[in-house]
Amino acid sequence: MVLNITKAPMHDYANPARFLRLARPITAPLLLIGGALTLAVLAWGLLRAPAEQLQGETVRILFIHVPAAWLGMGGWSMIALASLSELVWRHPLASIAARAAALPGAFFALLCLVTGSLWGRPAWGAWWVWDGRLTSMLVLFFLYCAYLALADATERAGQGNTRIAAIFGLVGAVNLPIIHYSVIWWNSLHQVPSIGMSALRGNSPMAPEFLYGLLAATLGFSLLFGGVVLARMRTLLADQQTQARLRRRAMDHTDGGGADA
Amino acid sequence: MHEGLNQLAFVYAAYALGVGGTLALVLQSWAAMRRAEARRERSREQ
Repeated sequence: MVLNITKAPMHDYANPARFLRLARPITAPLLLIGGALTLAVLAWGLLRAPAEQLQGETVRILFIHVPAAWLGMGGWSMIALASLSELVWRHPLASIAARAAALPGAFFALLCLVTGSLWGRPAWGAWWVWDGRLTSMLVLFFLYCAYLALADATERAGQGNTRIAAIFGLVGAVNLPIIHYSVIWWNSLHQVPSIGMSALRGNSPMAPEFLYGLLAATLGFSLLFGGVVLARMRTLLADQQTQARLRRRAMDHTDGGGADA
Repeated sequence: MHEGLNQLAFVYAAYALGVGGTLALVLQSWAAMRRAEARRERSREQ
């Protein structure tokens, strides 16, 4: 007798019909609430937030750059967790979740790089420096591009090959701690993290008006990210179901034609 | 700071890319979802 206690609860939530019942009512609210919060915080950041003593006006880029970095890394964390879930438990929605997170993750990694460059030019006098933080973030963007190409190629090759992309997703997660600790391990123009456990205890080195604005912006962008990932999961699922139905119908026609002949 | 650059020009560029890019991502994802779900419904009805 084979005991399969690790598989049962997770697969209860992995049923596509059950997933759609959960995803349908929350996709639009996530996008609407996330969009409204993000726009409100960015309007405040652009028009009302005070200039900073050392960085001047450029500090306003913080409200886009930091959430973009967080979501660039968060997107790959989701890919890695979904890949692990696919490889270990063969979770039926895992490859869909990983693929759905890839494009938004790549977008936010690129946004982080571009806004960082726009911040670096007036602050450091350089658009780009090859230090640990910037280089490891660029590597993350290239990993996203490779993952998207690999997932697309394996999908075209047919079902059952998604494990190759899952292994790549898991191995690529090695880059995440490198990004996080790069400013501690190596000399860098980039500042060390300002938000950590100290912020939760109320003694962050960041001034409260910037800290609360940044947390609100991160929440808004994260809700948008969640809504986009759900929308993309629904897209992939609908495409799979359509293709399966069309394949079944084509096979029925073929069988019928063969019987007639 | 350096070379007397207009800092706000960099800020506006970052905000334009951030807002515009995010909006494009949201709209593309939403439209693709609606199209895919409509295709599924059509294939169900056929």
